[in-house]
This record gives sequence, C-alpha cells and structure tokens, in this order.
Amino acid sequence: MSALLTTPTSAPQQQPRGFRSLLQRVSHHVEALPTAASVVIFIGMLVYGEIAYGRILQASTLSNLLINNAHLILLAVGLTFVILTGGIDLSVGAVIACSSVAGVMLINAGWNPWLAMVLMVLIGTAFGAVSGVLIQYFNVQPFIATLAMMFLGRGLASILSTQPVRLGDDSAARLLSTKIKIIDGPKVNDLVITPSVIIAALVVVIAFVILHRTRTGRTVYAIGGSEQSASLMGLPVAATKLWVYVISGSLAGLAAVLYTARLGSAQNITGLGWELDAIAAAVIGGTLLTGGAGFVLGSVIGALVLGLMNVLITRDGGIPPEATTIITGGILLVFVLLQRAVLAKQRE
Amino acid sequence: MNEHARGPLDALKSIMKRQYIWGIVAIALLLLINVIKEPTYLAISVGHNGHLVGNVIDILRSAAPVMMIAVGMCLVVATKGIDLSVGSLMAVAGAVAMEFLRAAPNTPGAAFGALGLVIVVTGALGAINGILVSVVGLQPFISTLVLMLAGRGLAKVITGGQNTSASNDVFRWFANGYVFGVPVVFVLALAIVIVVGLVVRRSALGLMIEAIGMDPKAARLAGINRRALLLTVYIAGGVLAGFAGVFATATVMTVDVSRTGYLLELDAILAVVIGGTSLAGGKFNITGAAIGAVLIATLDKTVVFLGVSSSASPAFKAIVIVALVLLQSERVRRMFRQRRAARPAKREVVAA
Amino acid sequence: MNEPLPIVEMDGISISFPGVKALDAVGLRLFPGEVHTLMGENGAGKSTLIKALTGVYKIDEGEIRIAGEPRRFSGTADAQSAGVSTVYQEVNLCANLSIGENVMLGNEVRGPLGVNWRATHREAHDVLAKLGLGHLNTKLSLSTLPLAIQQLVAISRSMVEECKVLILDEPTSSLDANEVDQLFRVIRQLRDQGVAILFVSHFLDQVYAISDRMTVLRNGRFIGEHLTRELPRAALIAEMIGKDVAALTAAEAGERREPRTGTVPVYEATSLSRKGALEELDIELRRGEVVGLAGLLGSGRTELARLIYGADKNDTGTVSLHGTPTQIKNPAKALSKRIAFSSENRRDEGIIRDLSVRENMILAVQAKRGWARPLSRREQNEIVAKYISALGVRPADPERPIRLLSGGNQQKVLLGRWLATEPEVLILDEPTRGIDVGAKAEIMDYVSGLADEGLAVVFISSELDEVVRQSDRIVVLKDHRKIAELDGGSGTSTDNIVTIIAEDHSADDYAGLAPREEVAS
Repeated sequence: MSALLTTPTSAPQQQPRGFRSLLQRVSHHVEALPTAASVVIFIGMLVYGEIAYGRILQASTLSNLLINNAHLILLAVGLTFVILTGGIDLSVGAVIACSSVAGVMLINAGWNPWLAMVLMVLIGTAFGAVSGVLIQYFNVQPFIATLAMMFLGRGLASILSTQPVRLGDDSAARLLSTKIKIIDGPKVNDLVITPSVIIAALVVVIAFVILHRTRTGRTVYAIGGSEQSASLMGLPVAATKLWVYVISGSLAGLAAVLYTARLGSAQNITGLGWELDAIAAAVIGGTLLTGGAGFVLGSVIGALVLGLMNVLITRDGGIPPEATTIITGGILLVFVLLQRAVLAKQRE
Repeated sequence: MNEHARGPLDALKSIMKRQYIWGIVAIALLLLINVIKEPTYLAISVGHNGHLVGNVIDILRSAAPVMMIAVGMCLVVATKGIDLSVGSLMAVAGAVAMEFLRAAPNTPGAAFGALGLVIVVTGALGAINGILVSVVGLQPFISTLVLMLAGRGLAKVITGGQNTSASNDVFRWFANGYVFGVPVVFVLALAIVIVVGLVVRRSALGLMIEAIGMDPKAARLAGINRRALLLTVYIAGGVLAGFAGVFATATVMTVDVSRTGYLLELDAILAVVIGGTSLAGGKFNITGAAIGAVLIATLDKTVVFLGVSSSASPAFKAIVIVALVLLQSERVRRMFRQRRAARPAKREVVAA
Repeated sequence: MNEPLPIVEMDGISISFPGVKALDAVGLRLFPGEVHTLMGENGAGKSTLIKALTGVYKIDEGEIRIAGEPRRFSGTADAQSAGVSTVYQEVNLCANLSIGENVMLGNEVRGPLGVNWRATHREAHDVLAKLGLGHLNTKLSLSTLPLAIQQLVAISRSMVEECKVLILDEPTSSLDANEVDQLFRVIRQLRDQGVAILFVSHFLDQVYAISDRMTVLRNGRFIGEHLTRELPRAALIAEMIGKDVAALTAAEAGERREPRTGTVPVYEATSLSRKGALEELDIELRRGEVVGLAGLLGSGRTELARLIYGADKNDTGTVSLHGTPTQIKNPAKALSKRIAFSSENRRDEGIIRDLSVRENMILAVQAKRGWARPLSRREQNEIVAKYISALGVRPADPERPIRLLSGGNQQKVLLGRWLATEPEVLILDEPTRGIDVGAKAEIMDYVSGLADEGLAVVFISSELDEVVRQSDRIVVLKDHRKIAELDGGSGTSTDNIVTIIAEDHSADDYAGLAPREEVAS
C-alpha cells in the first residue's frame, strides 16, 4: 500500500508506488504542465539574458517590461477567454487602432478625456458584440467573423485619419502613464510602475476569479471541452459565447487606452500583428488552440515571455528588428506543434 | 456543372441560376453609377501605340492581380481551408524580384530569371502552408496567419527594410505592356483563370477537391489522396500569389514592403464568396471568383471616382463580406425559406 | 389494484422534418417506479420521441402531460429543472472539467466570493456515493475515468436536482458485461426510489432483464405498449420488424447460404494488431468465401476491418496478397490492391451529401485512376446505370443529390461505389443497418451472388443470425481479440456463438469498478 498516494481511483487496483504514483499525480493535472513550462521558460530567459547581456535582472528592466507590455497582457487575457471556448479573435489589433484614433481625435476636439477613454473601451465592446452575434447567432466561423471585424476596424481607423494624431502633452489621458516609483534604486535603476500596470494587474485578478470561481467561467471551459455537452448540461452556452467576444473586444478597447496613454499618439496602422502576439502569448502560456484548457496566468507569462524576447533581441543587436514577426511566428508554430504532440500522446 | 446539353435557352437559364450572376449585375450597376456621373466613362479609344485606353481598361488591369490570387483562394477555400498569407506572399514576391533585378543586368533573361525565382520562393512558402495543414494537421487559418505575418517580416528582411527599386525593361513590360492592344497583365490573368478552370474541370481534380472539402473522412476512405491535394492547392495558392506580386510591383518597379499586397487577402476572399463558393468548403466556382475580382476592382475605382477616400474601401468590403456570409448562413436561409409559400414537399422516408 | 398515475403521458405526437414524417401520432406513458423500454429498429423514431419529450424538437401535433399537467419543455435545461433528465449514449459531459464540476455545474454551491468549491465538491461526493461511486476523487478530471463510470457520473448529475424521470438513450452500447451489471444495479436502485426510467436499447437480453414495461415503435408509428412479462420475445420481434413470426422462422430456414470453403487465399494477415483497437490476430480471406465477423459491440470487428483496408495503420503484423508480402498503409493503397471497404458509418464516412448519386458512385474508381485520367461521361454513365439497376437504387436518377435518398438507397449507392472498383476483397461493415427488410434481402442476395463468382467477402453485422445465415466461415471476436473461428453450415447457430462469447474468460478485468457481489445469471 503506497504511502505517497492519497487519492485512489479504484479499490481492487494495485496501488502504484513511489515514482509511478508521482507520475500518476502529474498525469491527473497534465493540463497545467504547459503553463508550468512557460514559467520555467520565462525564468530561463531571464537567467540567460542576465548571463549573456547583463542588466536584465534589475529593477528598471523589469519595470519597463511590465509597463511596455501592459496592453499586450490585456489582449492576451481577452484572447484567453475566446480561445478557451475554441474560438479566435483576429480583430484585436484593428480594434486598438480604431479605438485609439477615435479617442485621440475626440479628445483633441475638446471632449472630456475621461469620457473619451470610456468611449474607447466601449468601441471595443461594440466590435466584440458584433463578432459575438455573428458567431453565436448566425453561425459564422469565428475566424471569418473576426477577420471581417479586423478589416472593418482598419478601414474605419483609416477613414478617421491616415496620419498619426497626437495628444497634448498635458492631456489627462496621459495620466495613466505617470510613473510611480516604488523602490528608489541607485541611479536610474528604480522599480517603477504606472497606473496602467495596476489596471492590467486588476484585470488579470478579475479574469482569474471569473474563470475559476463563477459558473460563467466554468462554462467557458465547458464550451471548449464540448459545446454540445455543455448545452445539454443546461449551461448558458449562447450567452457565454457572446460574452467572451464582448470581453475580448472590451479589453482591446482598454488596451487602446493604456497604449495611447503611454505613447501619446494614435495611428491607423497601430496594432498590426498584435493579434498574433496575443494568440502567441496565450499559446505559450499553455492555452490549447482547440479550446477547453489553459490558464489566464499562463497567458500573462506568455505575454511577458514575448516582451522579454523583444528586449533580448534589441539587446543583442545582431538580429534585425524586421525579423521579430518571423521569430514570433516561429515560436507560435513550435508551441502549437508541441501542444499537438502532447495531445496525441495523451490520447494513447 | 451537371446539366446535359440542351437548347441555348436552357443554357441561358442555367447561367441565370449561377450565383455569380449577382456579381455581374453589381458590376453593371457600378458602371451605370459612373456613367451617370460622367457619360463618357465607358469610352474606349485607341491610343497612340495602338493600345486600348479607357476606364474600363484600367479596371481590367487593376483586377488582374486580384483575379490571380482569387483563383488560388478559390481552390483552397473549396478544401474547407483558407489562405491568409497571399498578400504577404505578394510582398515577398516583390522583394525577391526587386532585389534580384537590382543586382542583375537589364536583360530579358534576368526578367524571366526573376520570375522563376519568385515562383520557386512563393511556391515553397505555399508548400509550408500545405505541409502544416495536411501533414501536421494545423487549422488552416492558424498556419496561414503565421505565414501572413512571418511573410511580411521575411519580405522586410530580404530588402533590409527598404522599398527596393530596380529597373528591367522586360519585367516592366509584364505589368505595363500591351498585347493586341489589351494589357498583358489582364491577358495573363485571364489565361490563368481559363487554364486552371480547364484543368480542374476536365480532369478529376475538381471532383476530388470538392469531395475533400465536403467530407474529408469519406473522401479519404474512398481512396482520395487528401494530403497530396491539399499540398497542391496551397502550393498553387503560393505560386499564384507570386505571379500577382510580380505584377503588382512591376507596374512601378518598386516593392513597398509594408503596402504591397496589404489586405489583399480580403479582396481574394471576397471575390471567392461573391463568385458563389461557400467558405464552408465543397462546391467551388472559378469563373465566379474571377467575376468577383473584377467586381472588386470596379468597386475600388468607383469609390475613387466618386471622390471618397480609398482608405475607406476595406470598411465597405468588410461589410459586404459580412452580408454575403450572412446570406450563406443557415439561419438567414431558413428565414427566407419560411417566407416562401410552402409547396407540398415530397414525402420520402429518410432513415437515420 | 389501481394502476398508479403516469408521471409522463405523450399523446398523439407527430413531428415532421423536410421530406419525412419522423413521428406519426405516437403515444407513450411512463409510470413512477418502473423501467420502461422504448423499442424499435433503427429509424423507428426512438431518439426523436425522446427529443420531443425534452423539447429539443418542436412538436407539430399532440400533447405532453407531466403529472397530469400539459407541459412543453423548451429544451434540456428546462426539462431538467422539471425533473426530466436525459443521459445520452455519448455521455454528454465535458471531459476537460473535473468530476465534481461535471456533477454539480449548474447547481454549484455559491458563496460571497464566487463558487465555494469545497462545499460543491462535498455535495458532488455525496451524490456520487448514492450511486456507489463514493470512492472517486471529485477533483480529478473526468477524462481519468473509463467510459462506463463516466456514464454513471452523468446519471448522478441527473440526481442532483430531484429527478422524476430518467431517460437513458442506448446506455449499454459501449459497456462490457460487468459494466452493464453495475449500471443495472444503479437503475434498479433508482427505480425502487420511485424514479420513472425510460430505457432505450436494442439488446434484447438486456431489455428483458431490466424492464417492466415496453413500448414498440416502427417507422415512426406506435405499435404497442406491453408489460414485459406478458410479451414473449418472438412477439416483440414481430412487432418491431412487422413480420409474422412463422414467416420469420420459415425465412430463416430457407435463406441460409450454402456454405462453401474457398481454396485460394487472397489476403493473409499474421499477428495483425493496433494499440487500443485490436490485439494480435491472424486472418485469412479466400476467393469466393464469405467470412462473417461475429461479436458484440466493441469487440473489435470494425477495427479489424479498418486495419485490413488500411484506414488505420497497424502496429504489428505482416500482410500478404496472393502470397506476396504487401503493406497497406492507406485506403488508396488498398483500393489499388483491389480491397474495398464499406464503412458502418454511412453518414460520416460514406456518402458525400452534397454530391450526386453519380458522383458518389464513381468516386472510388476515379480516385483509383488518379486525377489526370478522368472518367469520360460515357464511362460514368455505364457504371452508374449498371449498379443502379443491379442493386435496385430508387429513384433511378443519377443526378439526384444523394442526401435526398432514403438510407437504404444510399447504402446501395455506396455499395455500387465499392463494387465499381472491381475488388477482389469486399468488406461490408453493417451493410444492412437501418434498411427496410426488402432492401436488406436485395443487398445480401447480390453480395452472395458475387461471392459465388469469386469475390472474397468480409461481412460484419450486429444481427448475429444474419452473420450465421450468410457466412461460409465465422470469426468470433471479443474484447479486441479473436477467440474462435468456426465453419458455417448447419452445425453453427447463433446459440453456439453466444455460448462461445459468454464462456470466454481469458480477459476478465475489473478496472475501475467498485467491488461487487456475484450476480446470478
């Protein structure tokens, strides 16, 4: 009788001992493995970066990592919801462009900046709602519906303005980007965060609570596992599927607010390729593209991995910046292939 | 394509039933709008080199690249897939061509060499899509999405981030030349449409592609080599995107790594859908896709002609895609069916 | 003694779909504390009736009364909240969620900070314990459980909210004998607690073992409701297939195939196996011989067929055709070697719905020829005309979309597809499932005739008597193993085979089951 095993699955079976029982435990939570792997990868990259380039594991670098990727974290969280249900949202980058251009133009036209920021989020909500309706009620495939929304967003952004639009330097909209020193380190090596980072952290916490402690959140996972079963179990499948796209769109709108606050300007070509970054962040963090498995914390790690990758590439200097999309694409591909391999092994 | 040949009236009737008839009607409508604004819109004259000149000629010329990628997209969509990378592959094609020609002498050999190199490169990229989809089993939109973004990065890496220019008379002729007074570009695009259409319908390729799009499992059990077919359509898509990229850059002999082919996959998808091919896969229609491409070109020109900014067109096209996809969706179809007066349906027992 | 009032009454229910009347004035009564079986051949309307009850399908005519009150449910959730739960054959749960979530989701215990998982899992544990599953760790993923236990979890989900009616749709199709016993114990327990249980199954022995009452449907019509103890088997079968009992017995006697032993081996496989599908076995197919594969559902017959055809790759084993070692890696290769396979899953692996009869029929021949050599219109017409007439496809219109044909005619078109490739070996997996008796006879006669002309046939059917009647040689499979090989002929009967299967104990396993007492057979 094994002393390690505390969760027997059947009475008359031989209790596995020692290592095998550990393996069994692990196999029962195999869906958390990829996320654990992403944490390991992140730490590994930090260590490698420190050894290879130096000045990585320090307050200012880490602060900038968070500040510069707050918007990507929001996108990754939003996309996690969508991908968990087995769908996809290709419109988030375009939504950011459309929302930020519209917002800045409104502020420059004299609108109350706070009102304009709320509107920026709502623009994202609107895009998400349209996607959700097309997908849920008209059975349009998610990638087609959100692809159309992506083009609509880019088109609208271009209609609004093809030139960059700038915020005034003292605009209230930039407030979210004010740096708050937490730890005053030597010279410029301070631990700094911005309200944007705090907002992103809050969103992550709320997302976690929703996904793991509410019926809607569990329904999201259920839909990804088997939409038909979830429906037969009486879960609110239709409403939930609509919600995940609304969430994704709204978070894209919020990301637009944070990004515009940091940059101080907006342009119709903003966000090109960010949907791929968000998808990559989710996949690296252990979210299965087929749905039903993944953790929002993993997506956050995935976003940070990508951000750190950018830092390391810049630090290296040997790789041209144009190559980053290729590398991101390559990493995404590798992870997707790994997921497939793990799934195939599991099925045996 | 199953009708037995009857009289010409029946042939006309069968054409009327085709979905792309709406495309033709829409083209006519748009031209009508232009004519109303400018009564001489449709005028075609013979220019000083014996070339045909006119707005209609311009439309045909700008439709040509879209026709090429629409044909490739049509085949891919028929297999229940999608190819989001065609625009980026066009940029890669342009990058490869311009970089090659910049270093090469101004000879016809160089021009054809550039063309050959482009075909190899874009064909290989298409093959990557094909392998990811057919061998690895990735969803088409993910693998072509990756190539869409990596492709543009590749184009930038090839040119070092510059918008490379080159000069080569023969190459320039590809895009700007005329043959029998008609733009070479359009003649070539038309030739591609005809050749692919014939190959697909005269051989068993069309039936096989439709079969794997409609029911991959049943098709495999019937002995159809799904892998080879998927590889073929994605490679074809890549090669056709290569052609289109060549023509898009040859007009100005410059590749714009950010803008060449940008969002053109939207145009291709739209053309395919207008032409009557469903995005769910299965039956496809190359003629329809070609007509759809001409419609899009007409739309683009009309928008500009009426004074609206051209950057607005993606928004319009997105709306049209949504409208068309909705029309194809079951729910909307059901609403239309209920409206029509119920004719007594033949009662047949269909066992499970 | 007064009959208790029925908890569910369905009266004059009619449902029509485009082109077919699925239910025609059907009635059903469910009484509390009874196991009531719904019987009928494939296509009789059993699934449709259940979906009509739970509101998944809208009723065109008729009335449903729950405890005397007229009621129309709007869907499974609505039905569930009124105490009418359904557990389907495919165990409609989410394998990626935990066991506890699958039981409790929708009824989870909520606290101020969201779901109180500790209390929820505790409740799940209590509910499971009532069905003898108290030893399960509810935090583990559902996928760690075997299918039979997942089914019991699905049933316990129905017990969370007060359940008055439990509908079990083909629950035993994937279970082995021990698992069926366990399920039946649970069913009896629930019945004794007063639940009305609607049981849908086609396994006659099980039906007679568990049910108190039966309703028979045929072709969407109500045929009769009987107490089980008052309806002998022969009479039940007669009601289900609509033939006179005497005529049945006569038909059985007369239509037995004259068994012959083939001599020339066409296909030989040794140590053929595939992990999770089939354990190593040998099989030989000879010219002009019909080999029947007999076994219960899940015994591995389809898996063997797919291995022979190359639809699945084998892990071990060597294959030779006409004495020459060959590797059959995929269906295209098999077809080129003149092996053809008609899948049992006509809908998903057979017909291509949106293509015409003609296109479906010539598909395999065309695939064999390759894309560059299309069949001319004339060649196509020849093939199509030949098989439409030989197999009696109705309506005889080659351009008709195949989805508009009845199941029986679709099957004939498929058969035509495979025969058109002029195979040497033809594997038929459930070729007569869901087909009316007339078409059944036509198809089997034709195949028998082909065997007489030299075709090697592999015949799989879940109707054991059909296998016995049609085969020259019978291979018996159980639990993915070959356990016997018999000659056809008057010495072999269905009873023989059933005995062989029942008495084979070489692979007893009790994985995942709670300890239980011996069940008297």
